[in-house]
Amino acid sequence: MSILIDENTKIIVQGFTGDKATFHATEMIQYGTNVVGGVTPGKGGMKHLERPVFDTVRQAVESTGAEASLAFVPPPFAADALMEAAEAGLKLVCIITDGIPTQDMMRVKRYLLRYPKETRTLIVGPNCAGIISAGRAMLGIMPGHIYKRGNVGIVSRSGTLGYEAAAQMTALGIGISTSVGIGGDPINGSSFLDHMALFERDPDTHAVVMIGEIGGPQEAEAAQWIRENMSKPVIGYVAGLTAPKGRRMGHAGAIISAEGDTAGEKAEIMKSYGLFVAPSASELGSTVAQALATL
Amino acid sequence: MDIHEYQAKELLAQRGVPIPRGKVVYTPAEAAQAAIELGGELWAVKAQIHAGGRGKAGGVRLCKTPHEVSKVAEALLGTALVTHQTGPEGKIVERLYIEAAEPFEREIYLGFVLDRKTQRIRIIASAQGGMEIEDIVKTHPEAILQIEVEPAIGLLAFQARELAFGLGGLTLKQVQKFVSLTLGCYRTFRDLDASMAEINPLVVTREGQLVALDGKMSFDDNALFRHPELHEMHDPAQEDPREAQAHLHGLNYVGLAGDIGCIINGAGLAMATMDMIKYAGGEPANFLDVGGGASPERVAEAFRLVLSDPNVKAILVNIFAGINRCDWVAQGVVQAARELKVPLVVRLAGTNVEAGQKIIRESGLPIISADTLAEAAERAVAAAHGKTA
Repeated sequence: MSILIDENTKIIVQGFTGDKATFHATEMIQYGTNVVGGVTPGKGGMKHLERPVFDTVRQAVESTGAEASLAFVPPPFAADALMEAAEAGLKLVCIITDGIPTQDMMRVKRYLLRYPKETRTLIVGPNCAGIISAGRAMLGIMPGHIYKRGNVGIVSRSGTLGYEAAAQMTALGIGISTSVGIGGDPINGSSFLDHMALFERDPDTHAVVMIGEIGGPQEAEAAQWIRENMSKPVIGYVAGLTAPKGRRMGHAGAIISAEGDTAGEKAEIMKSYGLFVAPSASELGSTVAQALATL
Repeated sequence: MDIHEYQAKELLAQRGVPIPRGKVVYTPAEAAQAAIELGGELWAVKAQIHAGGRGKAGGVRLCKTPHEVSKVAEALLGTALVTHQTGPEGKIVERLYIEAAEPFEREIYLGFVLDRKTQRIRIIASAQGGMEIEDIVKTHPEAILQIEVEPAIGLLAFQARELAFGLGGLTLKQVQKFVSLTLGCYRTFRDLDASMAEINPLVVTREGQLVALDGKMSFDDNALFRHPELHEMHDPAQEDPREAQAHLHGLNYVGLAGDIGCIINGAGLAMATMDMIKYAGGEPANFLDVGGGASPERVAEAFRLVLSDPNVKAILVNIFAGINRCDWVAQGVVQAARELKVPLVVRLAGTNVEAGQKIIRESGLPIISADTLAEAAERAVAAAHGKTA
């Protein structure tokens, strides 16, 4: 098992015919992902990568029964594409695009509140590496071959640091159920907490790695939720212990980022809520092994 | 992107926020002329730099004659002003803002931020204006009022009214003025994709007017494509030259005090690698994210940037290739490393790693290879200290 996607999940690509999307859609198909078509406004009726192209997400969903999409849409049009996907009823949208205006993401998150929680689209990203269920399906841009199939979940803000964790685990013979990159932007479609809840319910995930960074309240919130709700061991790491504090021009930000914002504080919060905390990025794999040994 | 005080005030004034009369000047003669044209008996000479804390650092001075204005202008222009937000090197003063100064009776704090936690615009007000908000948080937490704006609706008048009555001591007329200027600030913030706006202080003058005596704004770089009017406000002289150069090439560089230059793909991996260097007993000279596509041109530009820092004694390249392949990255590294005078440690991982390592090995260059993150950090620290690990 896995979370979010598997080999049966019907997937479309938004911005299908662009160069980057074509490259990564090809990689996804080679990995075994069930890509059923794509959307590029104005190119409906064409075939691309031997799959149908549609003008709108709604048409694509009606014709193919698609459940999830990978969005490769340039920043000015990204928010619109996300809301189109939500309105068309997709369960999951993974958005790779880097550089989306923060207020656009604010509007997207607000728009999603139109839908009841049970049917609301889950957005992963933006500015992320995507999702991979090892050996089953890939909805993203990661190097698929570094992920060995297994029972540990990964949620990471950083793409390459997620690869690093996967590579260290693979070297120790530890496999992965699903790895999710939630992205590095100030406002994410979904948070650590959203994915922790999914991993907790997945019978084939036995432990979860959570890779955070400086800035924002997400890691601390997730750590508290884990303490109260999670039966599986969680391995935490926070990058940026040595990062300089951002040079701010005004002070207004200080009032909302006064506590629990630095890497050191976040690591301490994780420890206090009972997580296994990797002391450095080179000990991600070994800390996972230690946590698994307690099961 | 940050802008100057006079630019922020201009944007706020366009949306109905009252500001003092003022002129931006570049020379002492222009400063004296501005004072004469503005009229009155008291002028504020304000250094325009992209940092707060100017008042305490001597960057804002009151003058009683146009002659004094020109003397103060002469003393400030061309110097580097050091405040608690600039770092020890300070920021160069190239422009001054001359304002007609008016006596005031009261100072209020008004700030706008994008709150990551609630994912909304948050407005903060305090009756303890003139103080730094960090200090108000510590000494008068009860004096801080906050509201959140519902993104689908926008700021509502009653919310601003609640702030005004919460501040206390304002007449009904002043409450109305506060509401109108808060709505004006909000529209400026929302329409121009700001990430921060701060009016500190917002003053109540002796005549009972509400005036924005200071103004700071920062904008979301990702949204600049739809605000051409903001491009003209960009002042490269206020930026670190290396960071500005990096920006031009789509690289993300932050200079630091250490001696190990870092070239890494991905911000998270870059921070983790810097942490590892520190863990191994060294100090990183910079943060540098070359991004997803580490093309030979970008790698070459990254080397140029890192080497422009004279403190760099060794370079660590750490690339975990996903989209980009290690062999391609290795070609870029080998090209860039030909003229290199400091030791170079390279760690490659991910797609086509064997081919990449082969290119490094067969280059004939004295490149130190590392397989893991820990090895890479240890070898870079040893190389910077003149040892071999």
